[in-house]
Amino acid sequence: MIEPSAGDTLTPSLAERAAKTIPLAGRIRRHALHMTSSGGSSHIGSILSMSDIVAVLYGDVLRVDPSNPSWPERDRFILSKGHAGAGVYAALAETGFFPVEKLATHYQNGSDLSGHVSHKGIPGVELSTGSLGHGLSVGAGMALGAKLDGRRHRVFVLLSDGECDEGSNWEAILFASHHALSNLCAVVDYNKIQSLKPVRETLALEPFVDKWRAFGWHVVEADGHDHEQLLDAFAQAAAHADSPTCVIAHTVKGKGVPFMEHSVLWHYRTARGEEFDAALSALHDGSDQ
Amino acid sequence: MRDTFIASLSELAARDPRIFLITGDLGFSVLDAFARDRPGQFLNAGVAEQNMTGLATGLALDGRIVFTYSIANFPTLRPLEQIRNDAAYHDANVNVVAVGGGFSYGQLGISHHATEDLAIFRALPGLTVVSPGDDWETHCAVAALAECPGTTYLRLDKSSAGRTERPGESFVLGKARTLREGSALTLVATGGILGVALEAADQLSTEGIACRVLSMHTIKPLDVDALIAAARETGGIISVEEHTVHGGLGGAIAESLLEAGVVPRAFYRIGLRAGFSSIVGSQDYLRTVYELDAPAICAAARRMVGAP
Repeated sequence: MIEPSAGDTLTPSLAERAAKTIPLAGRIRRHALHMTSSGGSSHIGSILSMSDIVAVLYGDVLRVDPSNPSWPERDRFILSKGHAGAGVYAALAETGFFPVEKLATHYQNGSDLSGHVSHKGIPGVELSTGSLGHGLSVGAGMALGAKLDGRRHRVFVLLSDGECDEGSNWEAILFASHHALSNLCAVVDYNKIQSLKPVRETLALEPFVDKWRAFGWHVVEADGHDHEQLLDAFAQAAAHADSPTCVIAHTVKGKGVPFMEHSVLWHYRTARGEEFDAALSALHDGSDQ
Repeated sequence: MRDTFIASLSELAARDPRIFLITGDLGFSVLDAFARDRPGQFLNAGVAEQNMTGLATGLALDGRIVFTYSIANFPTLRPLEQIRNDAAYHDANVNVVAVGGGFSYGQLGISHHATEDLAIFRALPGLTVVSPGDDWETHCAVAALAECPGTTYLRLDKSSAGRTERPGESFVLGKARTLREGSALTLVATGGILGVALEAADQLSTEGIACRVLSMHTIKPLDVDALIAAARETGGIISVEEHTVHGGLGGAIAESLLEAGVVPRAFYRIGLRAGFSSIVGSQDYLRTVYELDAPAICAAARRMVGAP
């Protein structure tokens, strides 16, 4: 977000704030469809799953300054599910970190917009990821550093549900609650489908909320496609001072394109030809324009 | 070396608040003073080396100079991907410190034999890799690595060559130290086994085989100039490392000399050739079993110069 202007006196309602982030989510989805289609890359389902979360963060919640990406007091955002990097590139371009035209180079020969999110040469990316289970530990280190220094910025880490199979995450989950890192907020894009099969058929996470709570985290559940619920969840995280917060965002893999929804296939498949046209049409027809 | 490391880091930390030490729940009694004196610069991350390395990266990306500390392969191989992707790719000032190079923990078994680390860390782009031979090199390396941008690896040995520095000598990362002069052969050693190389050189000297001895405390970047000089000016090169012969110091020497078009008249690698050691024993015992001791170095040197 962009800092509120000095003249603002009225606090906008959740609906008013969502009215700004919903169109951003639509633009992220359409960019990501174009990027993955022209590049021939995978993971469109994962990107569509998290697009609303990313739009709410970059469009409203995060205190960042696109004209000064290394502003020391900025909030930090880490995409730990790096395979959905195209969605973050789109959000950064749409919020002014770099020109939207650069998105067309995604996945192309010689491009620095890699399939998994990379920070080199990309203003606004805090951490390159791509191997799952890395982001939360680095985010915890950033949160610990801020806490030790008495600095007030916050750290957000977006994980996938399948990623929660990685033991390193549970090391970080233990650590963050032990050190009461209330400036750390994990978000799980809980679309219930992982690489090959549904989560419950692979390594069941349920009772998922109970696990995070048992590890000492404050947990807020939200519909991960309802912008007002997400805004409210992040407000609850900000207000919680005793422990880190996990926002468990219930999502739909492939959200916004009916034939991609709830489907493992679109973890891998690239939309081309008629499929691309149909997907783009669905995203234009969606309520998030 | 371990105590020297802690003492040197304590001095640095008192002067520079950016210094931060994270242990993976090891260092019983040796880290107590640091933890007591610098509570804001110390953390026990628990038995969780992957998280420890990720934390270190997060702290370093916001301006701290972080040292991660554990023994043998725990701070290195377990979180290797965190070192590669998180610390090194982001040029984070994370300094990985492993206590117990080679067979330092010889009796503890294969899990504690650190015998592939130099090869693995040499392969990581941008890493500075240091394996000091004595306490003075260790002391100097700590400050040098803290100042060195990017990610580094410091391998600390239980054994040490004793004091080898000369009055006024300065330590430079990436610059080998010449500890003995001679033209028959050059022994190039890294790590605490430097002491064994010096012992061998002294023995060979009594037999009329005068060896140059280089302490190659920095494996990467490698002092290729010193190696080229050794290849040109002496009768051959023997590398000495308590590490597999695959890809460590010996491999680095062979690669760089061949690529430079300078072929030593003779070349041999003293190192671990037997693979994993399923037997245990003291560091000295295992060095003898695996022919990493002074008699083995002397025998290789005699063969090389054609001495009986």
